[in-house]
Amino acid sequence: MSAAKVAHKSMPDTVFRAQALTKTYTSGQTQVLALRGVDFEIAPAEVVVLLGPSGSGKSTLLNIMGGLDHATSGDLFFRDIRITGLDDRRLTAYRRQHVGFVFQFYNLIPSLTAYENVALVTEIADNPMPPEEALTIVGLQDRMNHFPAQLSGGEQQRVAIARAIAKRPDVLLCDEPTGALDSKTGIRVIEALLEVNKKLGTTTLIITHNATIQNVADRVLFFADGQISKVQRNESRRSVAELSW
Amino acid sequence: MGAGTSHSGGGRRRRRNPDPRGGIPPALDDTRAAYYERYAFADVFAQVRRAPEFLTGEIASIPGVAAVETHVMQLALLDIPNFSAPATGQFISIPEKREQVLNRLYMRQGRMPDPASDEEVVVNEDFAAAHGFTPGSRFAAILNGRLRELVIVGTALSPEFIFAVGPGDIMPDNRRFAIVWMPEKALAAAFNLKGAFSSVSLKLLRNASEPDVIQQLDAILEPYGGTAAYGRKDQTSHAWIDHELDMLNNLSRTLPPIFLLVTAFLVNLTLTRLVVLEREQVGLLKAVGYSNATIAGHYLKFVILIALLGVVIGSVLGTVLGSRITTVFGDLFRFPFLIFSQNPAIYLLAVVLSLLAAILGALRAVNDVVKLPPAIAMLPPAPSQFRHFLPERIQLHRIVSQSTVMMFRNITHHPLRTAFTTLGIALATGILVVSLFITDTMDNLIDVTYSLADRQDATVSFGERRSSSVLYDVARLPGVIAAEARRSVPVRIRYGSVERRIVLGGYQKNADLSRIIDVDLQSVTLPESGLAVSSMLAQILGARVGDVVEVDLLEGQRRTVALPIATMVEDYFGIRAMMEAGALSRVMREAPTVSSVDFSFDPSMTDALYAAVKRLPTASGIALQNFSRKNFQELVALLVTTMGGIYAGLATIIAFGVVYNNARISLSERARDLASLRVLGFKRGEVLRILLLELALLTLIAQPLGWAIGYGLAWVMRTQLAGEIMRVRLVVEHSTYGVVSLIIILAAGVSALVVRSRVNGLDLISVLKTRD
Repeated sequence: MSAAKVAHKSMPDTVFRAQALTKTYTSGQTQVLALRGVDFEIAPAEVVVLLGPSGSGKSTLLNIMGGLDHATSGDLFFRDIRITGLDDRRLTAYRRQHVGFVFQFYNLIPSLTAYENVALVTEIADNPMPPEEALTIVGLQDRMNHFPAQLSGGEQQRVAIARAIAKRPDVLLCDEPTGALDSKTGIRVIEALLEVNKKLGTTTLIITHNATIQNVADRVLFFADGQISKVQRNESRRSVAELSW
Repeated sequence: MGAGTSHSGGGRRRRRNPDPRGGIPPALDDTRAAYYERYAFADVFAQVRRAPEFLTGEIASIPGVAAVETHVMQLALLDIPNFSAPATGQFISIPEKREQVLNRLYMRQGRMPDPASDEEVVVNEDFAAAHGFTPGSRFAAILNGRLRELVIVGTALSPEFIFAVGPGDIMPDNRRFAIVWMPEKALAAAFNLKGAFSSVSLKLLRNASEPDVIQQLDAILEPYGGTAAYGRKDQTSHAWIDHELDMLNNLSRTLPPIFLLVTAFLVNLTLTRLVVLEREQVGLLKAVGYSNATIAGHYLKFVILIALLGVVIGSVLGTVLGSRITTVFGDLFRFPFLIFSQNPAIYLLAVVLSLLAAILGALRAVNDVVKLPPAIAMLPPAPSQFRHFLPERIQLHRIVSQSTVMMFRNITHHPLRTAFTTLGIALATGILVVSLFITDTMDNLIDVTYSLADRQDATVSFGERRSSSVLYDVARLPGVIAAEARRSVPVRIRYGSVERRIVLGGYQKNADLSRIIDVDLQSVTLPESGLAVSSMLAQILGARVGDVVEVDLLEGQRRTVALPIATMVEDYFGIRAMMEAGALSRVMREAPTVSSVDFSFDPSMTDALYAAVKRLPTASGIALQNFSRKNFQELVALLVTTMGGIYAGLATIIAFGVVYNNARISLSERARDLASLRVLGFKRGEVLRILLLELALLTLIAQPLGWAIGYGLAWVMRTQLAGEIMRVRLVVEHSTYGVVSLIIILAAGVSALVVRSRVNGLDLISVLKTRD
């Protein structure tokens, strides 16, 4: 790991730790406060759902956690790495080694088959699982040679999940993973995410507008106005079979 | 190729700046025609040993003759101060009691000589410039064996000597060959030609028959030692300029269409992309109620405006560049003035072609966009359906990396674009090959001419044929290592209805200095009897080895003989026929005689040799190979740096344009994919590699194709340029292909660098939120 380290007492039970994190966007002459001082900690293998209306700051937070954007002030630690202090090159390395992304619109490479889309990422990872294995975890072992345009939305999203987990990331960041899917397909995708969490112990953060999904999480962070307005801990996660929307 | 110019060698200087106002590529043809017209360039020329002045009236009465000009015209060696090498002067008389009617001089400096003076002369401007001579400068000449001091009173240009080559030379050498105009009285006295002339030029009436006039002129001059008269096409200067203009015309027919094709393709591709990127705005316009026709009209106006802007910029650049080329060639030809003919057709062609390419590209794109329902048009285009390009059971991804798989799928997914891109790069490569092959071909020409064929160091020529004893005179000169005699007889050679006026050379049987080589560049031993003809002459005559040709001997007994073609030889300059010297003597029915002597000499004795040659009373001219070779090389360098440089520059721009355009299109089509890869942890370099791998491959594939295209184009140019004046052997060195590919790859590399900044600027966050 080439990322900069800072003197910080390592907290083994914490994957992420945020302190007074803020983000201000300048839009023309107006300043938009997207994050107004956010503090939280996330434990290994935890499933966390981020809920909140549009513009409440959850995507901004996910982008900073994923190393795609810089915070304006405050600190964010991934284990003992201060992400908020990394330059672009180190952020790329951080994403490459630790983070798996699942996007709302899948973002698969149309010219590559399901297998190849996964292999594209395993080629640059240090300790990846075979693409077949990743695709089997998401239940697509029979669709490996299909191109994205030959797959349904749910299947494409599951390929995206397989691609995200194949490099055995420490965290899985999912931005509206079911946003473009119907209820039945969405449930299959959530099921796949939970399966990964269970099998690999990957810390999973899911942004959603869909309040139903909060029931499968260990913890739910409610966002409003650039701040965490409420934290809800689910003592017992509901099974996916019980979900519907 | 343009081996001939009326200036080369040292002391070149700019004489005039062509009027840049027009900025239009001038018709050099028009300029030459006007020059000929204004300075009364003659139509028919003849040399004679000594013809009495009263023949002038008889010649003027030949039907079809409009004007007659007679001169005393003689060659003589020159002795130039501070210039050790002997030079040759072509002396021409200036009429004493009348105005010169034909081949009039264009005075550049000074005045005409005093008719009564026996030392005042006018020289051609190139010669004066080469030696830094101005009116008042002096030099000496050996006129008919007597050393005479001469003073320059003026410099001039003449339509008769736009391209001036000395005897025995193949290239102009301004330091060593002068045209010297001298008052008739003094020149005639020096050569014992009082009341006589040795050269005649005729201007013909518009409807006159040149062959008839020539026939009658020959009949009149024959008793006085006339060699056969000839028309403009056999006049050295005119023929060379013809060859040069042909070369320029061929160049302008061969390369520009390729440039047009490639640029039309680029314009088409670029404007198609511009419209495709406007897809969402088109959807919006349709949604608020604009008709398809209105939208199509809007985008057509848009691309027409861009195309017109390009045409304006291109026209300005083209005019500047055209004016630059004009200056270079105008200077090369040394015309006293340049005529700029306004040619709006060229500009019109540029406008029409650019607009057509732009409009066709835009129409295609607009049509694709406007036929979509507004709701769909407002969304970005759906992902393309890709296919396996190999059977599915072949697990390609196990053999090559995924980025390589992406590259192959993209290439096969856009076959047309791939083909055009490859072709575009290949054409640029080909044009570069054509721009640079001139060097290789000319180097080969110089090598073969000076190292394989004409290996002598110098050739002394004599005004008239001499007995073979002059060979020993030359052999005895200080430093001379070997000497070989040569006999040259002007002849008309005829096969069927085709006839040419050439020089028949008689060579010593085993000549080792001036050698005759065959098409395989092997030395040829001349046959005991019969002719060896250059393959070009055989081709012109339509004759083959074994055929018998008719030869009119234009010297001595002036017989017509039938001679078989015994062998075919290779030469690059002029059209020649050769015989073994003994065989030629028998045909001529004369004792062995000599017209010139080729010799090699010890370079350490150069000064002594030069001094001795200047004192050789019988010599009328001398050609020095090292001077000739150097002039040639300078000319090739000039050609390559001007025309070659311009074409090479354009080819490089095309290569850059094709690669950059393709990379930009790929980037705008795949920005989202590439940004997604960055999010997934791909480094900038890895993403750039994915984008450019395809172009790198296409650039590499295009190389052998481009080499082949280049060789083909070079072959076409070589073939178009092959003429009676000069031919070249098509040679493209391997290193040239290497240099060409290096330039193309560098141009592609520069476009990759430009694209890199765009890849670095990819917006990583927006891709998380946008749909395919």
